[in-house]
Amino acid sequence: MSKSSLKQSLKDLNTKKISIRELNQDYLKRIKEKNNLNVFIHFSEENVLKQIDNLEKDNSAKKLKGIPIAIKDLFCTKSMPTTAASKILENFNPTYESFVTQKLLDEGSIFVGKTNLDEFAMGSATNTSFFGNTINPLSKENEPLAPGGSSGGSAAAVAADLCLGATGTDTGGSIRQPASFCGVVGIKPTYGLCSRWGIAAFASSLDQAGIFSHNVEDASILLQSIAGFDQRDSTSAKVDIPNYFENLDDDLNGKTVGIPKEYSIDGTPLEISQIWEDAIKVLEKKGVKIKNISLPHTKYALPTYYIIAPAEASSNLARYDGVKYGFRSDEIDSLDEMYENTRAQGFGREVKRRILIGTYVLSAGYYDAYYLKAQKVRKLIADDFNKAFKECDFIVTPTAPSAAFPLNEKQNDPIKMYLNDVFTVPASLAGLPGISIPFGIDKNNLPLGIQILGKHFDEQQVFNAAVSLERSYE
Amino acid sequence: MKIDKNTINKIARLSRIKLDDKESEDYIKDLNSILDWVEQLNEVNTENVEPLSNISSSILPKREDVSNDTNSSEEILENAPDKLEGFFAVPKVVE
Repeated sequence: MSKSSLKQSLKDLNTKKISIRELNQDYLKRIKEKNNLNVFIHFSEENVLKQIDNLEKDNSAKKLKGIPIAIKDLFCTKSMPTTAASKILENFNPTYESFVTQKLLDEGSIFVGKTNLDEFAMGSATNTSFFGNTINPLSKENEPLAPGGSSGGSAAAVAADLCLGATGTDTGGSIRQPASFCGVVGIKPTYGLCSRWGIAAFASSLDQAGIFSHNVEDASILLQSIAGFDQRDSTSAKVDIPNYFENLDDDLNGKTVGIPKEYSIDGTPLEISQIWEDAIKVLEKKGVKIKNISLPHTKYALPTYYIIAPAEASSNLARYDGVKYGFRSDEIDSLDEMYENTRAQGFGREVKRRILIGTYVLSAGYYDAYYLKAQKVRKLIADDFNKAFKECDFIVTPTAPSAAFPLNEKQNDPIKMYLNDVFTVPASLAGLPGISIPFGIDKNNLPLGIQILGKHFDEQQVFNAAVSLERSYE
Repeated sequence: MKIDKNTINKIARLSRIKLDDKESEDYIKDLNSILDWVEQLNEVNTENVEPLSNISSSILPKREDVSNDTNSSEEILENAPDKLEGFFAVPKVVE
């Protein structure tokens, strides 16, 4: 199956080789055929056709006019319900549009649907969704695979060619890991590059919107569209957004890549060490200087993350109380009972687990020992990267410690599940930009991903290294 | 064991989440195993380290001090599970 790129589709639309309607009919057809993958929580053909009608009447030039995009169902959208894959928001219809989706609408893109995710983005397999699992499109018939998570629906939507790009959010790896599992490109930009306004909050000091696409060029086009300052997000950064696509440069001669020794972890499959080495060799051939670096606090990143993220989640999710919006339990003899039953019935198991652990680490007597301690270790982890980036221009590592695992694999042990994020969490804690690109396959022909990390707001360098590796691999 | 029956009940109450006995038992097990695992942070010397709470380098911008009335109470109430005469409605609080 040869997939059209976003870049090519824009060209075909501009030269009238294809109409907006023809292009989107093609995607609509595939979306209906691939219904079994459970990629979308919300899909309405009528809604898409209405968007096409409106664009056909619109004569103004727009950068992404007519381009079909899938939206992770964590972004509030006026034209479609927003659930965060939770029963507690099952019937929520936002009366406002998130910053990121508004930017995409302003540029004329078409929203094909809202994609599935782990409930409130808490998970690594899109298996905690109230609306059921998403199936990785690369699965063989008798063995369904997980698409990764939490943005598994968006990664699968791109992999199954149901859109030309998709939005995701990444708190500890929720864009990069599913991109790796589904064999697509996924970028989490620097914390603060894209406004969080209108995104259902999970862990506010870590949450960041980003993009899935078929290739690096398309990702560079889309990221530019969703980035920018927004006064409604107090951590939104006032930085100039370059034209990443126009500036793409695959000549890395004279650059230095950092290779962190702490990312060689016991038990990592040989194939993953192998693609890492292959990527390093390719870079060396391109005139890149290889620099062994040390990020000494790497092994503490996961436990740090699993204190900070649940702590922030327990606070953010306090708003779901059955009063203002969303689900309310029927068993409501008193106000307190209404809260307790609404939240007991409205949240799933993993979300409750994280609220409970977050409440514990923030509670009187434990705050210093857990939460404050984790924030201090977070500082050391961020400092590690700051020091390392004095010696290199970008860092290359594997994206995930495995290829896509079977959907039915028992994931009852929470810590085992958390280990999926071992290579992605450190950069999240440090707020750094990171991309995952497909690079090689394992013995079952499943894609593996390479992660490229850059300095704060140096997405251009990340894209340049990514496009260079991508072109050498094709 | 850091989390026992009393602790889980206290946290569940603080979180306003009702747990049945089976759930309480499961969460006691889960939370203890997670807390044992994060214990490794105690190996790290964090003396004189400033806690990092916000990675963003941006300075909080000030907005103009002007009032702004969007008069959006209807919109705000649109998704309410229960409402009454322009207010959110909840079960009776005062006996």
